[in-house]
Amino acid sequence: MSENLPADTPTAARALVPAAFGTSTARRGGVVRRLLRNPLGALSAAVLLLIVVAVVLAPLLAPQDPGASSLRDAFAGPSGAHPMGMDSAGRDILSRILHGGRNTLGGALIALGIALALGVPSGLYAGYYGGRFDSAATWAVNLVMSLPAMVVLLASRAILGPNVWVLMIVLGVLAAPSFFRLVRGIVAGVRKELYVDAAKVSGLSDTRIVARHILIVVRGPVIIQVALVAGIAIGLQAGLEFLGVGSGSAPTWGAMLNEAFQNIQRAPLPMLWPGLALGLTNGALVLLAGALRDGLEDRTGHAAKPHRARDRAAAVPSAAADSPAGQRAGLLSVRGLTVAYAQPDGSDKEVVHGVDIDVRAGEIVGLVGESGSGKTQTAFSVLGILPEGGRVSGGSITIKGQEVVGLPERAHRALRGGTVAYVPQEPMSNLDPSFTIGSQLMEPMRHALGISRKEAARRAVDLLRLVEIPDPERVVGLYPHEISGGMAQRVLIAGAMSGDPELLIADEPTTALDVRVQAEILELLRRLQKDRGLGVLLVTHNLGVVADLCDRVAVMNSGRIVETGTTEQVLHAPQDPYTRTLLDAVLDEAPARAPWEPREARSTTA
Amino acid sequence: MTVTEATAPADALLSVQDLRVSFPSKGWRAPRTEVLKGVSFDVRPGETLGLVGESGSGKTTIGRAVLGLVPVRSGTITFAGERIDQASSAHRRRLGRDLQVVFQDPYTSLNPSRTIGDTLAEPLLGHGASVREARGRVGDLLARVHLPADAAARLPHEFSGGQRQRVAIARALALRPRLVICDEPVSALDLTTQRTVLDLLLEIQEETDVAYLFVTHDLSVVRFVSHRVAVIRHGQIVETGDARIVTTEPQHAYTRALMLSAPVADVTEQRRRRQAAQRLAEQTVQPAADDG
Repeated sequence: MSENLPADTPTAARALVPAAFGTSTARRGGVVRRLLRNPLGALSAAVLLLIVVAVVLAPLLAPQDPGASSLRDAFAGPSGAHPMGMDSAGRDILSRILHGGRNTLGGALIALGIALALGVPSGLYAGYYGGRFDSAATWAVNLVMSLPAMVVLLASRAILGPNVWVLMIVLGVLAAPSFFRLVRGIVAGVRKELYVDAAKVSGLSDTRIVARHILIVVRGPVIIQVALVAGIAIGLQAGLEFLGVGSGSAPTWGAMLNEAFQNIQRAPLPMLWPGLALGLTNGALVLLAGALRDGLEDRTGHAAKPHRARDRAAAVPSAAADSPAGQRAGLLSVRGLTVAYAQPDGSDKEVVHGVDIDVRAGEIVGLVGESGSGKTQTAFSVLGILPEGGRVSGGSITIKGQEVVGLPERAHRALRGGTVAYVPQEPMSNLDPSFTIGSQLMEPMRHALGISRKEAARRAVDLLRLVEIPDPERVVGLYPHEISGGMAQRVLIAGAMSGDPELLIADEPTTALDVRVQAEILELLRRLQKDRGLGVLLVTHNLGVVADLCDRVAVMNSGRIVETGTTEQVLHAPQDPYTRTLLDAVLDEAPARAPWEPREARSTTA
Repeated sequence: MTVTEATAPADALLSVQDLRVSFPSKGWRAPRTEVLKGVSFDVRPGETLGLVGESGSGKTTIGRAVLGLVPVRSGTITFAGERIDQASSAHRRRLGRDLQVVFQDPYTSLNPSRTIGDTLAEPLLGHGASVREARGRVGDLLARVHLPADAAARLPHEFSGGQRQRVAIARALALRPRLVICDEPVSALDLTTQRTVLDLLLEIQEETDVAYLFVTHDLSVVRFVSHRVAVIRHGQIVETGDARIVTTEPQHAYTRALMLSAPVADVTEQRRRRQAAQRLAEQTVQPAADDG
């Protein structure tokens, strides 16, 4: 599949709306800005910053030593000197929250550091080099992930002693696999990118390649994961302390919760403060992770709100009815067609500006142009399958005399299953890999024609025979990956023929195929047209295919038809300068290159 | 049926002898899939050798084997008198100066998050140039491939396919290589863009005497850029010779079938070809069935 990359992608994204992507893909500086513009992101970042600063400056901010107790004031409520009140031992709760935060957040930081230090480099190495290290590391990671974290933590406390820092180190080891898997997966994907190959060929060392091309891709997801794992680490640690498994001596939020819980009957208020601290920190972390994800992954989701295309389009067809472009053909007639795409700012961008085209019964018409010329948009408009954001903004399309612009989706679908059929460009991606060829042919027929399973199976075999697939009884039972690209295209043509159509819209039907298979598919289309009197609108960029198959041809450039006529006229006596440019670029006639001579010989003869 | 079985001529820049590449198959202890089954050819300085074949023929693998991107099972690859088929990674890094590549897909061969200037400076910095030198050279390179100088500060998504392919060519030229592997460099481009990129490649070859190993499926392209053409099928070279000879009077039945299948933009000539192809198909016993 390395060859034949389609020159014109049917997804409008690449060809048509580059401007929308162009402006919104901001660089690094933009991430922070996007994050802060997101209200949740800004809020959670601010809360976190506040908490961290308060905790770091605890010795300065705390009203008194967290251990200092005056039993006289036990369970005292909030007062001027002790805004959060006193705990069961008469210690200032605010001071303990601030100092406890150092242990809680510090512990989480250690766990995170260990997880990052273990997970990221090993994931990079395993993903980049693969091989034995990858297998061994993946095995080890799976083992660690299968361990129940709580049990391991309890066991390690029993063995290593009740030290909160030791527990956090163990937690770090347990969290490392999530980083390993994340990084390994991403790196293994990026490693296959051509720009990494190009860097290797350039003679860059592996460390340099990793630093320049790989880390930048890993960065975003790792940052998001950090926020999530930090939340988990804080939660787990607090949970352990609450159960009384932590270290008894140092104040932590979890231990404070535990203590307050034991005296909840006497004074419920001390429960609130550590609970609030934990809740705020964790909530802020989770929200920040979400905001970071949106910021870093640069969701361009705001591109275009789906227009209510039908409402707007329904008004237009009459506008072009009095178009000067002569008699309208019986099968397909397009007059003054314009197609527009909604832009993020709400305006419309027109990509097809008034196209006229006709296809008569039993005629093959080529629609030729380069990428971005609007040829696929024109074909999609006829089929009523313009991608999201796009709509027919003007003109008229009639199929067998029926106006289809403004037709409700339901009626359009019925039309597509019956009179009009479609053959797409990429045969393989248009077959579902998890169903057999037979069931993919039968399902639409049963739905559209309301026939029995048995009848549908019989027709499926007939259709495969119609498109000259040898041994159709066997092929109906095969899965898409078991057949070649050429055969897949035959299957799709068979599917298109199932509704016994009169008009076939073929969008670059042979672009993804090898030349010999292409010749076979063209032959098949020619035979179908002859035997069944099929009208075909063939969208292509290949002038050779046009010469081979088409009766008439329309040349498109930047959304307009620049020339139309019989194939002989257009190819042999082109009138429009653009058609001439296109024909000049064809290399068929160009002389073959002369044999090679050594440089010295060349310079003397020249 | 390897044609150029003879030993490499003394003037060859790249010489490949009996190259075999295989990949492990799926399934435990399954036999390896042979992708290249003994391929031999050579490329002289300033020469273009076109490698033409259909998908799955192994033509792309040849280029990747020369570049060291896939492991060589057996056979030898000699570049400028040195064996490179089992080159160490240090040797490979050194080879980056002389041996370069232009890939097919201009959309994925440039790192989307690096500016054009960054991408072009990368090989220079990797080979010890100072930042200042690299910056100066980037300007020269952009001019060389007819792109404006302000392109350096922009990101790949701001450019069209043809412009990106020019950037990829500029990157390949940055270290003044002696051989560039061109892997379908124009098949993702529009017809008119394709022509200008090919003209650029030829122009650069005239000036710098760089050699190209030009991998493609398109016979009209290969004929236009190559001094010699090798036709590859199922991992073997079926025919080699001067471009004009191979593309007008092909000896091998497969080459003939390939030639006649490619449609030309001329109604009468195309009709003649179609009939000739049908005759050929009737003569040969199901030539297409084995690829199915």
